[in-house]
Amino acid sequence: MKRAWKPWGAIAWIAAVVFFAPVAWMLLTSLHSEPDAATNPPSLLAPITLDGYAEFFGGTGGISPWPPLINSFSASIGSTLIVLLLAIPAAYALSIKPVEKWTDVLFFFLSTKMLPVVAGILPIYLVAQYAGMLDNISFLTLLYTSMNLPIAVWLMRSFLAEVPKEILEAAAIDGAGLITILRRVVAPVAMPGIAATALICFIFSWNELLFARVLTGVVAGTAPVFLTGFVTSQGLFLAKVCAAATIVSFPVLVAGFAAQDKLVQGLSLGAVK
Amino acid sequence: MTLDTAPPPVKQVRRERPTPPRGPGGASRWARRAPLLPALIFLIVVTQLPFVATLVISFMRWNSLDPTNRGFAGVDNYLTVFTDAGLRSSVVTTVVLTAAVVLISLVLGLGLALLLDTKFRGRGVVRTMLIAPFLVVPVAAALLWKHALYNPSYGLFNGVLTWIWGLFGSQNPPQPEWISEMPLSAVVASLVWQWTPFMMLILLAGLQSRPMDAVEAAHIDGASPWQVFRYLTFPHLRQYLELGGLLGSIYIVQNFDAVFTITSGGLGTANLPYTIYQTFFQAHEYGQASAAGVVVVIGSMIIATFALRVVSSLFRDEVRS
Repeated sequence: MKRAWKPWGAIAWIAAVVFFAPVAWMLLTSLHSEPDAATNPPSLLAPITLDGYAEFFGGTGGISPWPPLINSFSASIGSTLIVLLLAIPAAYALSIKPVEKWTDVLFFFLSTKMLPVVAGILPIYLVAQYAGMLDNISFLTLLYTSMNLPIAVWLMRSFLAEVPKEILEAAAIDGAGLITILRRVVAPVAMPGIAATALICFIFSWNELLFARVLTGVVAGTAPVFLTGFVTSQGLFLAKVCAAATIVSFPVLVAGFAAQDKLVQGLSLGAVK
Repeated sequence: MTLDTAPPPVKQVRRERPTPPRGPGGASRWARRAPLLPALIFLIVVTQLPFVATLVISFMRWNSLDPTNRGFAGVDNYLTVFTDAGLRSSVVTTVVLTAAVVLISLVLGLGLALLLDTKFRGRGVVRTMLIAPFLVVPVAAALLWKHALYNPSYGLFNGVLTWIWGLFGSQNPPQPEWISEMPLSAVVASLVWQWTPFMMLILLAGLQSRPMDAVEAAHIDGASPWQVFRYLTFPHLRQYLELGGLLGSIYIVQNFDAVFTITSGGLGTANLPYTIYQTFFQAHEYGQASAAGVVVVIGSMIIATFALRVVSSLFRDEVRS
């Protein structure tokens, strides 16, 4: 690497600024007053105010964003917990003590992820209607569990496969029981992987719109459903929209940067390390 | 390993995990399977049964506004799907939208990955800034593009045009109505912005997994950077390009958020997921919507077959090494 790479660094920086500009613009606009947010040309140096956020959290009437945010949190966290509860034993049976034809099972999990959601949504809607589960956050939580389970199984399997076999055997020879092996040998190696898997499942559940839009209404609506209320313009509301987009994206940005290193592994369904 | 008859080493390293026990131990086999069953059963019930139901409904005459007139319809719904102009155009829109987003973001992602693979000051910051678009909630991103960037009177794009033209003393900057003048491109641009980081991350992982000794040897042998890229980097990256393209296709074929938010399916941007959503919940045509759903499944299965093949070849490399 002795050649002059300097132009590449400059180009990379320009590209980063271009890609980041809409995010920066979202943050900046959310901190401007409505009249300053809607000027042409843009007023970059307008005074900073939190009015947009105050407005979003129900300053002057309107619907409060708290119930949707709480719904999103409970569906995302609830489904992530169930996913881990189901995926960890499954991953154990696919890596540490593998069942016969474990690769086929693994690929079955993956294949379910490749079928489009929209093709199964009508029967799911009819079942929810029949069971009186429309507009119910628990039903949505179960659907998010099924959406994330294949990804979690793949990720967890690859993390559990990193547990050195020799140590497992040595522990078994020393007479350690299953619980001890799981706690003392498997957990320390797999913990960062479990955390990353949880974060990725959280992001996918938090972002989901189609199921939520179809199956929930005023009671169990999630944050993305709440955001669809901003699809049509309502006079001067740009700062409020940007504040809403920022608040709703905030948990994903935090989770995403926390899981940055494992993100690509999760998104490529475990195929890329 | 002094014997000539020793098996080739490839065979020895093929399986890193022990093969499961053979023989009559039925109970122990089920003990092995037990941890797997809850996840497997849950997934079959929640994801596979609905598809079977969709398949059944697709052969039925069923509009929920007309509940008495329900019955077997044969292939009528499929005929409607393939003859109805709206549905047919949404098939075309889906293909164009998916292909455009995947190809453009792959090319941009490749460029960015190659840049990030070089050494320069602040590489970590650049990487973080480039990932950010992917971490904006899709609906929020679509709202951002629709209102804060594309809006003809106060959006950032037209604002910047006004500003640039103003620098040259012009009072008449072009002020395009982005969404109504180029609806599909508007949706494509916002999706490319979100998906380029995804492609970049996959390709960067590919670049960083390439054998550096071969690259260094090529440099020493006097290969030009282009030759290194053409004959070493690119063949290695092919698998990753395929993976990015196929996974991107699977995600973007299903896109609902951007179409719903930016254009509400208007101006010729309604893709299949959006049209099926409309057919269910506004027209209440359950039979037709299911038939369209089955068509989407068949289309996805074609992409998925190739995707699974790529994943499984990467997977075998991983298990073997």
